Amino acid sequence: MKRTHAWYALLILPVAGALLPGIYNRVEPALFGLPFFYWYQLAWVVATSLVLAAVVLATHERNDV
Amino acid sequence: MSSGAWVLFGLVLASSALGFLAARWGHANLTKIDEWALGGRDFGTIVSWFLVGGDIYTAYTFIAVPALVYGVGALGFFPVSITAVSYPVVLVVLVRFWGIARKRGYVTTADFVRDRFGDRSLEIAIACTGAVATMPYIALQLVGMKAVFSQLGGPFAMDNGLPALAIAFLLVAANTYASGLRAPALIAIVKDTLIYVTVIVAIAIIPGKLGGWKHIFDAVGPVLAARPKPSSILLAPPQYFTYATMILGSALALFLYPSSVTSILAARSKQVLRRNAALLPVYSLMLGFLALLGYCAIVAGIDVGARGSNSVVPLLFARFFPDWFAGVAGAAIVIGALVPATIMCIGAANLLASNVFREFSPGRGPVGVPMAKFFTLLMCASGLFFIFFVPVTYAIDFQLLGGALMLQILPAFVLGLWTRWLHPRALLAGWATGVVASCAMAYASGFASNFTLHLFGISLTGFIAFYGLVANLCVTVAATAVLRGVGVSVGSDRTLAADYA
Repeated sequence: MKRTHAWYALLILPVAGALLPGIYNRVEPALFGLPFFYWYQLAWVVATSLVLAAVVLATHERNDV
Repeated sequence: MSSGAWVLFGLVLASSALGFLAARWGHANLTKIDEWALGGRDFGTIVSWFLVGGDIYTAYTFIAVPALVYGVGALGFFPVSITAVSYPVVLVVLVRFWGIARKRGYVTTADFVRDRFGDRSLEIAIACTGAVATMPYIALQLVGMKAVFSQLGGPFAMDNGLPALAIAFLLVAANTYASGLRAPALIAIVKDTLIYVTVIVAIAIIPGKLGGWKHIFDAVGPVLAARPKPSSILLAPPQYFTYATMILGSALALFLYPSSVTSILAARSKQVLRRNAALLPVYSLMLGFLALLGYCAIVAGIDVGARGSNSVVPLLFARFFPDWFAGVAGAAIVIGALVPATIMCIGAANLLASNVFREFSPGRGPVGVPMAKFFTLLMCASGLFFIFFVPVTYAIDFQLLGGALMLQILPAFVLGLWTRWLHPRALLAGWATGVVASCAMAYASGFASNFTLHLFGISLTGFIAFYGLVANLCVTVAATAVLRGVGVSVGSDRTLAADYA
C-alpha cells in the first residue's frame, strides 16, 4: 500500500462527525440565533468539503487520467 | 396570466429550447451510445458539477426537505448531513468504478456486475432494482412541479395541473430523445443558477422579515410541541439511532441510483470526479438553508391546509416575493424537476436496454441508440402514468421504498469493486432477502421510513433501508461461506486486476 493512501483515513472524520448526533444535539452555543444542532451540521458540510479537498490534493498523482 | 406566470412560462420554454440546441454541442455523433447516453464521457469539472448537482438536488428535494422540517422538526434536517457520508463514498467508491467503467466501456452498474460475477440473474436483478426504484422518483419530480403549478393558478392549475404537467413532461421526452445526456447537462446550468439566486434571495429576505433566527427558533419550539404529534427543534435521545441510520442509509443509496451513476460516468477523467467530490457539498449548504425555511413557514403562519405540506415552499415564496420573482422561483423548481427527470429516464433506460433487453435478445449484440431511446420514452411514460393514475401519497411511499430497494445492490456493486470472495448466488440470495425484508417492514409500518425493531428487550427505531441492508449482508456472507464450503462453482470473472488500477 502506498504511503499516500494513508490520507484516505481522514475521510472517517466527516463520517463520524455526522453519524453521532449525540455530540451535536444541543441548543447552546447558538450562532446568529441558530441553535448548535443546525449550525454545526451546516458547518460540517463546509468541513467535509475541506477534508475532501485535502485528501484529493494530497493523493494527487501525476499519471492520473 | 400574472407576471409571475409569464416569467415562468418564458424561462421554461427557453431552457427547453436549450435542450434541443444541446444536440449540436461539441459536434456530437449522437448515433453512438456513449455520445447519446453519456455525453461522450467528456464533461469537465464545471459541467460535471452542474450535472451531478442537478441530478442529486432535485426540485422534489427542495420542496420536500423544508416540508419535512415544517412537519417533523429536527428529524427533518438529516438530508443536510448526508453530505458528510456520501461524498467520501464518491471519492473512494465511484472514482474506482469510473476507472474500470472507462477501461471496459461500462454504461451501468449491472454491466460491471455481469463481468465481475458472471451471473445473468444477478445482473438482471440489479438492473431491475435500479429501474423500479427510479420510477417513483421520476413521478415525485412531477409532484414538485404540481405544487408550483397549483400555486400559480390560471391555465397552469387547470384540471388539477395535469395538462401543464403532461406538456412539461412531453418536453422532457422530446429533449432527451433529440440530445441525450447533453440536454440535462446544459439545462442544469440554467436550473442551478436560478435555484442559487432564489435561495440566496430567500435567505437574505425572509428570516429578517420574521424577526431574525433567534426569534424564529423561540417561536417554533412551542408550536411543534403543541401539535397532535409533538416534535421539537432538537432530537429526543431515542431518535439518535433513527437519525444516524437515516443519514447512513440515504447517503449510501444516493450514488447507487442509475441517474447518479450515469452523471458520474459522463465525467471526462478521474481528476474531474475527485475535484467534484470536494466541490459538490456546496449544494448541501444551500439545501441546509432551504430546510430552515420550513421553520420560517411555521412562524409566518403558513397554513398548507388541504394542499399538503409540499406546498410550504411555493406558499412561502408567494407570501414574501413580488409576483415576478415568485415566477423566477417557480421556474427554478419546474426546471429543477425537468433536469433530474431527464437524467433518471436515461439512467434507468440504460439499465433496461443493456442489462435486461440485451440479455434476452437472440444475438446479445451491443445496444444501439434507438433501443436506449425507446426505453427512455418508456420511462417518461411511466412517470406520466404515475401522476395520472396513482395518488401522490403512493408515489411518496414508493419512493421511500425505492431508496431501500436501491441500497440492496450495494454488496454486489460496491463490495464487488474490492473483492471477488462473495459468491454470485449468495449475492442474489442476499439481494432477495433485503428486498423482501424492506417491503415487509415498509408494509408493516404503513410506509413510514422507519421501522421499530424489538430485539432482546430493547426497541430500536431505525431506517428501513438500513435494516434491509444489514439483513442482506448477513445472508450474503453466510451463504457465501456455505456455498464455498461445499464447493459450488463461483462462476467466471472477466475483469482483470489491472482494470482496477
